[in-house]
Amino acid sequence: MLTSNIIKGVTKGFPLAINPTKIEVKEVDFNPAFVVKTLTKIDYPALYQAANDVGHGEGLPENIEGDVKENEELLKSLHNALLQVEVIEGELVCPESGRKFPISNGIPNMLLLENEIDNTGQ
Amino acid sequence: MDGIFKTPMLGNQDPADFDAVYEPAEDSFLLLDMLEKDHANLMAINPCICLEVGSGSGICITFLAQIVGRSVTYFCTDINLKAVEMTKATAHKNGRSVEPVLCNLADALEHRLEGKVDVLLFNPPYVVTPSDEVACDGIEASWAGGIKGREVTDKFLPKVASLLSPEGAFYLVVIKENDPDDIEELMKGYGFRMKCVGSRRAGREFLSILRFTRQSSRVDTPL
Repeated sequence: MLTSNIIKGVTKGFPLAINPTKIEVKEVDFNPAFVVKTLTKIDYPALYQAANDVGHGEGLPENIEGDVKENEELLKSLHNALLQVEVIEGELVCPESGRKFPISNGIPNMLLLENEIDNTGQ
Repeated sequence: MDGIFKTPMLGNQDPADFDAVYEPAEDSFLLLDMLEKDHANLMAINPCICLEVGSGSGICITFLAQIVGRSVTYFCTDINLKAVEMTKATAHKNGRSVEPVLCNLADALEHRLEGKVDVLLFNPPYVVTPSDEVACDGIEASWAGGIKGREVTDKFLPKVASLLSPEGAFYLVVIKENDPDDIEELMKGYGFRMKCVGSRRAGREFLSILRFTRQSSRVDTPL
């Protein structure tokens, strides 16, 4: 859900690549309705890339076709990628500028330096 | 469903943590109370994505997560690292999960969350101060609002229209000095109607919670 297009000169800045150094997988109750609802709000190719970046892409197809609701196995894989895998330490990398954003204690740091901010307006 | 309206426990390790993070006060509690009062409207939105900008201790987004429930993704931002860390800890302590991001306002999220935020919370730095006290980090960033206490709020208001989903609701904490009538006019220009969900006097501050929904929104307020 994060973009780096806040950086001056970066227009799209999405999806950010993930270089994880520490990952945790926690147990979260499976809620198929949540997964189906969330899927309508996200960019699936970006999730697919992110899940593979962190080495948890298993069970995820490159594209989603057909009725997801009926496919419990797929829903469980999506549940895992969306909710159970957490990058604790690592970095996000802007696909355009290569700018790196550290992730520490599970929190991405998207703050910019003064000279990276576009002050010329929208 | 017992205790969903309970005030969240805070995730700080010791009282000194509040030297660097805004400690919940009357403004935070008024927002909690008004979210509770507006619970039926919140549920009518059937939220999928919620976002709090400037989450501080995390008490508000955690409370929202308690009363709205688990089938929702909760994002929150703060410009203060200690604040986002405490937000995460507060949510965790209450058995909730939030997605914290260290950034200015909603900068890093606003492109991807365009038109998707169903509930948006902002308890901005609203205290009237000289402009040069408006801070970028630390505890000052939690309260110093500059001229009319509006300098940070005014940076964020133009972004609300692009963030909010068609039925979404935006809750904003203000004091009288922020000139709520002027904010109403400004937001009308972006296609929103305003309702004051509740007000309370706390010491020198006359606090209000303003709620904005699109003119076209069905969520209305015969409360």
